[in-house]
Amino acid sequence: MQVNENFEPVIVAFCCNWCSYAGADLSGTNRLNYPANVKIIRVPCSCRVNPIFILRAFQRGADGVIICGCHPGDCHYTSGNYFTRRRITLLYSMLDFLGIERNRTRLEWVSAAEGAKFADTMNKFVEDVKKLGKNRRLEDLRCRKQ
Amino acid sequence: MQEAMIKRAKELLADGTVNRVIGWKRGEFVYDSTPAVFGTADEIDAEFVFDDFTQANVSKYLVKESKKDGKILAFLKPCDTYSFNQLVKEHRIIRENVYVIGIPGGPKLDIEKIKAKGITGILNVKNVNYTLEIETLYGTEKLPFYEAISGKCADCKSKKHVVYDELIGEDGDVLDSNRFDMVEKLENMTAQERYDFWRGELSKCIRCNACRNVCPACTCENCVFDNPKSGIENKAAADSFEENMFHIIRAFHVAGRCTDCGECSRVCPQHIPLHLLNRKFIKDINSLYGEYQAGADTTSKSPLTDYRADDCEPSIVHERGVE
Repeated sequence: MQVNENFEPVIVAFCCNWCSYAGADLSGTNRLNYPANVKIIRVPCSCRVNPIFILRAFQRGADGVIICGCHPGDCHYTSGNYFTRRRITLLYSMLDFLGIERNRTRLEWVSAAEGAKFADTMNKFVEDVKKLGKNRRLEDLRCRKQ
Repeated sequence: MQEAMIKRAKELLADGTVNRVIGWKRGEFVYDSTPAVFGTADEIDAEFVFDDFTQANVSKYLVKESKKDGKILAFLKPCDTYSFNQLVKEHRIIRENVYVIGIPGGPKLDIEKIKAKGITGILNVKNVNYTLEIETLYGTEKLPFYEAISGKCADCKSKKHVVYDELIGEDGDVLDSNRFDMVEKLENMTAQERYDFWRGELSKCIRCNACRNVCPACTCENCVFDNPKSGIENKAAADSFEENMFHIIRAFHVAGRCTDCGECSRVCPQHIPLHLLNRKFIKDINSLYGEYQAGADTTSKSPLTDYRADDCEPSIVHERGVE
C-alpha cells in the first residue's frame, strides 16, 4: 500500500471518566506530547461504549478508534471494564472477520496515574493508523468532508 | 408422523390441557408451509401439515402466544427447543403456558435448491427412500434427497431435544458437526479477500429486515433499527456502510444468545449467508470463554453477561499474524 506522508488520520478515543480521561489530563499537565489527531470522547465507563458508537465514529470519518478504561480490577463501577473486555474483543474480532483492517481498532487500559502511558499509547496508535492510510472500508460517502 | 401429531393435538385439545395448537399450515404451494395457530380440531384436520418443508422455527411466536389465556401446544423440532429454552431463560416465554411436544427434526428440504436444478412448475414433492419424486406440470422428475436439503440442516448441530413435556418419535444426540468449517475458511483468507467476500454478500442486502424478524433471539419490543433517531432505520441502505453496520449490529445483539438455528439465512431473500456472522461469534466465544451452547439449559450465564478476571485482552485479535 502506498503511504501518504502527509496523511493525518482522525482518531477517536473513548476515555473512561475515572481513569483514562484523568490519565489524558495528567499527560497534558506534564507537558507530554501526543498527536492532535486524537479526539477524546469522555464516557462514564469504558463499558458505556456501545458497538454502534465505534461504527458511528468510523462512519463519520474516523480512521481509528481506541477505547481506554481503568485496568481490569480497578473499575470504579466494580466490573464494567470486564464486560467491556469481552464485548470489545468479540466486536474487534468481527470487524477483522469482515475484512476491516484490525489495526484501526485498539483497547488499552490507562490509569489516572499513567499520563506517560497515555501519551505513548496515542503516539503508537496514530503511527499504526498512519501506516494504514485513510479508512475506506467502513466509511460513509455521505459523511465525507470535501 | 403428521397423523400421530394431529391425533395427539386433538386429544390434548379435547381434554382441555391446551386451548390452542401452534404448528404449520400449507401456503399457496406445497413447499411454502408457514407457522399457524389452530384453535379447533376441525381447523387442524383441514390445514395442519408436517412434512419435509415445515422448517420454520415456531419458538418466537410463543413469546406472544404464551402470554395469552390458556395453554398452547407447541410442536418443537430439536433446533427449535434450543431457541425455546433460551427464550424461557430470558423470561420472554411463560413456560407454564406452553405444552411442548418434541418431534423429530430434519433434514428438511430447501425448495430453492430444487428450483436451482432447473425444475419448474412444482406441484408436489414426495420422498421415496431418499429419492425425491417431484411431480411438476411438465412431468415427474427425480432428485437424490441429499442434494436438496436446506443449509441449516446440512450443518445440524444437535438432534437432541433440550426441553419437552412429551416426545413423539425418538430423541437423538448432540452431533459432532463441522459447522465452523466455512468460518475457518474465511478466517484463513487475507483481510482483503474477506472484505471482498463480505462486500459481495452484504451488498445484496435489501434491508427487508426478515433476518431480524424471524430471529428467535431478536425479541426486543423496541428495536434499535426502528429508532428514527438512530439514522439506520432507513429501509434501503444508501451506502455500503449501512449494510455493514446493520449486519454487524444485528449479529452482535444476538451474540451469546444465538442458538445457531439458522433461520436468518433460511429466510434471506437474497441468500446472504448471515449465519456465518453468528457462527463467528459462537466460535470466538467457544474458543475464548469456554464452550457455550445458548439454549442448552436455562440456568447458565450467557458469556456476554459474565466475565472472568483472567479473560484474554482484545489484543488477541491484533496478534493473529500478518493480514
